[in-house]
Amino acid sequence: MVALKSVFLKDVALAYRQRAELMQPLMFFVLVITLFPLAIGPSPETLQRIGGGIIWVATILSLLLGMERMFRDDFTDGSLEQYMLSPTPLYMIVVVKVLTHWLMHIVPLFLISPLLALFLNLTFDMYVALMFTLLLGTPLISFVGAIGVALTVGLHRGGVLLALLLIPIFIPLLIFATSAIESASMLLPYHSQLAIIAALLLFSVALSPMAIAYSLKVSQN
Amino acid sequence: MRVLLAQQVACEKSDRQLFSDINIELHSSQLLYVTGENGAGKTSLLRILVGLSSPSSGAVEVNGYDIHKNIHDASQHLLYFGHKQGISQLLTATENLKFWCQQHGVNTNDAAIHLILAELGLTGLEDIAVKNLSAGQQRRVSLAKLWLKTDATLWVLDEPFTALDVQLIAELEAKMTLFLNTGGAIIMTSHQKLNIDYPLSSLHLEYSW
Repeated sequence: MVALKSVFLKDVALAYRQRAELMQPLMFFVLVITLFPLAIGPSPETLQRIGGGIIWVATILSLLLGMERMFRDDFTDGSLEQYMLSPTPLYMIVVVKVLTHWLMHIVPLFLISPLLALFLNLTFDMYVALMFTLLLGTPLISFVGAIGVALTVGLHRGGVLLALLLIPIFIPLLIFATSAIESASMLLPYHSQLAIIAALLLFSVALSPMAIAYSLKVSQN
Repeated sequence: MRVLLAQQVACEKSDRQLFSDINIELHSSQLLYVTGENGAGKTSLLRILVGLSSPSSGAVEVNGYDIHKNIHDASQHLLYFGHKQGISQLLTATENLKFWCQQHGVNTNDAAIHLILAELGLTGLEDIAVKNLSAGQQRRVSLAKLWLKTDATLWVLDEPFTALDVQLIAELEAKMTLFLNTGGAIIMTSHQKLNIDYPLSSLHLEYSW
């Protein structure tokens, strides 16, 4: 427990000292979203129709931007080797690291999203649906994405490769998330979409830590 | 007490056989000095011995556990000091060592860490981010782990003397002698001559193509 807490505290301290780097994906997120009203015109109906989709696509892309940081520094400075030789199983350390990363990257995104929902003229119901899908969907992105990060951590400049590997995997998530927001815009229930995203999340939380730990071990070879 | 047993370990890297049929049996209070040219496979051998890489064949046992099957139990009393120092550039020396101790189940406090850092000539630099220290000072921070982990029975040191000044090399050699005399075992590589008044067995790896 002490060991896991120290992994958490260490990652928080590291993130705090790299605030600028932490802000980059967030700024990217905001900028991409502000581009759309400029490009396709400020008509409220059009923006409302595509708003949920835009926010989701921008979320996935901005998370991918920051994803590489998850294990990169630990790999290059050798902390990962020391984690492997510590008494705590690697998959538990990995869970803590993924959750810390998620917390550091998603909380700012949540804080800024009301503003963006306003930009894109989302109704309140759509906004609530957006929040729910983000809350369930983004940890899924972090956990599944971490497998890709762990696999490519040994390659230098694996960034684009990472995006190519991961974006296709997130298509189902994107479909269900945007469909939930669309249902909300028509005041229809969207529990089933949320349930499917939640199921995907639970599945990934249960299985991906093993895959991440194994990929990290392979990357050490 | 037998600390490490390696049986018929072989390593292959990009279709090149680095070494094969390496057998090592190391007991407490023994020092094994691995020599060889650049590229002979010293680092690869050490990484296999501590379980970070897998051998292409063979098995390694550390403190009675198979290190490739049960790395967390096997490495409980093992300390590995590799080329990568395992300290974060953005954290201070104290933070780095504190987190490391917590992760490795070493009981310590800030005062004890400061004392060890002072012993390693880092007085006044305890709370500066490691990236602002010189290469040698960074290695000193990392070497402090040798002082902190008192329950270790085996040290695996890969080029521990790199970037250190004469005085600290002497201090480290003294620490190693003390560790050996109190029942610890060491496996190390170095290109420098070792000035230790202690019997050592050596293993030479031949560079082969």
